[in-house]
Amino acid sequence: MTAIETAFTPFQSLAGGVLIGLSAVLLMFLQGRIMGATGILAGLVTGNAPGERSWRAAMVAGMVAGPLLVLAVTGQMPVVDVPVSLPMILVGGFIVGVGVTYGSGCTSGHGVCGMARLSPRSIVATLTFMVVCFATVYVIRHVLGI
Amino acid sequence: MRLLSAFLVGLIFGLGIAVSGMINPAKVLNFFDIAGTWDPSLAFVMGGALITTFIGYRFVLRRPAPVIEAKFLLPTRRDIDARLVGGSAVFGLGWGIAGFCPGAALPALGSGKWEVMVFVAALIAGIWVARIAQSRTGERAAA
Repeated sequence: MTAIETAFTPFQSLAGGVLIGLSAVLLMFLQGRIMGATGILAGLVTGNAPGERSWRAAMVAGMVAGPLLVLAVTGQMPVVDVPVSLPMILVGGFIVGVGVTYGSGCTSGHGVCGMARLSPRSIVATLTFMVVCFATVYVIRHVLGI
Repeated sequence: MRLLSAFLVGLIFGLGIAVSGMINPAKVLNFFDIAGTWDPSLAFVMGGALITTFIGYRFVLRRPAPVIEAKFLLPTRRDIDARLVGGSAVFGLGWGIAGFCPGAALPALGSGKWEVMVFVAALIAGIWVARIAQSRTGERAAA
């Protein structure tokens, strides 16, 4: 499948980034926890204590409600274009699940919260997944031509 | 109180993912495609999130405890091991293949698109398998 061009949106992206940061700060202020999607999802699907599951379920419900709130306010659902094939979604999703479990975090946990704490582990993790992602997209699009 | 707090935090996060454009894999993959249809927007998302969190944490972590829980639950490990680097590299590979990271995929479920549901199902399967593999080798589960 071919790449879809997207418009450069510095102001919206910056504003959205500030909201993501605010949610991380708020979670630390209220519950004293790192805002990491990996930890939230893993705790929800593999957690054994029911008290650990319910608040994570509430958080995921809030996340899902995010784009719906945008739809309610603006009348338009945010664009979600998936420019890759079904096998790539399946394989990519599975690989991401394995990677974030062994790597103990993803873009939100390491890339935002851990980096903001200047954690050496998070800085190394973030540099690693960013560089590998750049290389992967280059190979897929410009070497393999998928 | 915990549930309300978690829902509100999730809502602000989901709103941020939606408004920023990170919810759109086409946009995310374009950030990583400097040689092609490059869209630098993602750098602004990361920048805005990082600066806000960096400043906010400075104030919040100065307090003796969070509002709802008894204490702050912060990761304390500082060692760089092969598992951290290898796992992160594998994550980067999957992110480049599918275009979704976990934090963008969860809010994207709200769009109702089948591709997102397939991705999240595969993501959960990957987490499951990795957790089982970790427990078999007697490792402590990651936080």
